[in-house]
Amino acid sequence: MELPPFQRLLDEHRLDVYRFLVAAVGPQEADDCFQETFLSALRAYPRLGDMSNLKGWLITIATRKAMDHWRSSRRRAVPVQEVPERAAAPIADGEPELWRSVGELPPMQRAAVIHRYVLDMTYADVANALGCSVEAARANAYEGRRKLREMQEAFA
Amino acid sequence: MRLEQRGDKPKKDTLHKKGSTASQTAELDDLSRRAAGEFASRARRAGLVDVGYTTMDTPVGRLLVATTRNGLVRLAFPEEPEDLVLEELAATLSPRVIASPNMTDGVRRQLDAYFEGRGRGLRTRVDWTLTPPGFFRKVLEVTARIPFGSVSTYGQVAKLAGSPRAARAAGNALHENPIPIVVPCHRVVPSSGGIGRYGGREWRKAFLLQLEGATADAGGSPENEANSVRTPQIGR
Repeated sequence: MELPPFQRLLDEHRLDVYRFLVAAVGPQEADDCFQETFLSALRAYPRLGDMSNLKGWLITIATRKAMDHWRSSRRRAVPVQEVPERAAAPIADGEPELWRSVGELPPMQRAAVIHRYVLDMTYADVANALGCSVEAARANAYEGRRKLREMQEAFA
Repeated sequence: MRLEQRGDKPKKDTLHKKGSTASQTAELDDLSRRAAGEFASRARRAGLVDVGYTTMDTPVGRLLVATTRNGLVRLAFPEEPEDLVLEELAATLSPRVIASPNMTDGVRRQLDAYFEGRGRGLRTRVDWTLTPPGFFRKVLEVTARIPFGSVSTYGQVAKLAGSPRAARAAGNALHENPIPIVVPCHRVVPSSGGIGRYGGREWRKAFLLQLEGATADAGGSPENEANSVRTPQIGR
């Protein structure tokens, strides 16, 4: 098996990567993270050994970029969650407050919740993207979701 | 808070497996498409695109044009499925294959001018990588020097490529030409008359020869054609 032309990855997975990034870093920063994600991927692509899950590979890179972004915005002492200029991130219908709360979760939980509930990924793929065990992926998604529900109830 | 204003506490689990709506997906699709287009430019500027390609409509059908940093590497007629051509390029050259209108700009402009009858011939740098050095490469290099408006024969091309008796093999080499039109294999015709065969369908060969004002029985050859202005600058 040969690696497919990189353009095919871009065509097939750009929407999922973009959807993840909008959920993870907000619509303002999604474009930059998208560029960084695919540039990193393209740089590493010819040496990629395992090509059984190219989408998972891209989401893993995007997750790292999102986590870098979270860390650097904390370092710059920017408010944890900037209020986006758009009314809501176009990731899921309704409840902008709820999705804004995603930004309050610790990184692993935040990523796990987005992978699982925005991208509908399997726990195996979530684990892959986060570089943790399937159990840890499940626990992070569960814990993140529980906290979100609490925050949602606090709003209501 | 918005949940209060609506006056209806959500009964369903609002987080669980909620898909985004169709219009949101359409918006994201649009945004991600634009981001992907921007990515192609950035990747090129970062020197990460090994093969850039585009398709263009011409009188002989939609052509797929692929270039590397060294020049035009592949030109394919629509009978060859785009997916297969791109896979072949990924396997033989590099998997860093990206749709890049920018990288193919120069070639596209030349082809447009050629099909509009402006200019005499194509001046395009060629990347010969897909044809390894050997007799086939020599045949294509000799063919690349047949001037616009002239024709040569399989026998003449074989002779110039160093194997006078290999007219048939020269025909095979031309059939394998990865860069038709620009490496003008359509200008090679049988010595017995007629326009002969063409890998890209014979009507195209007739069309191209007519476009160039060449007649199939004209006797021009790379040797006796001294008009260097018309000689494509390729094969260096």
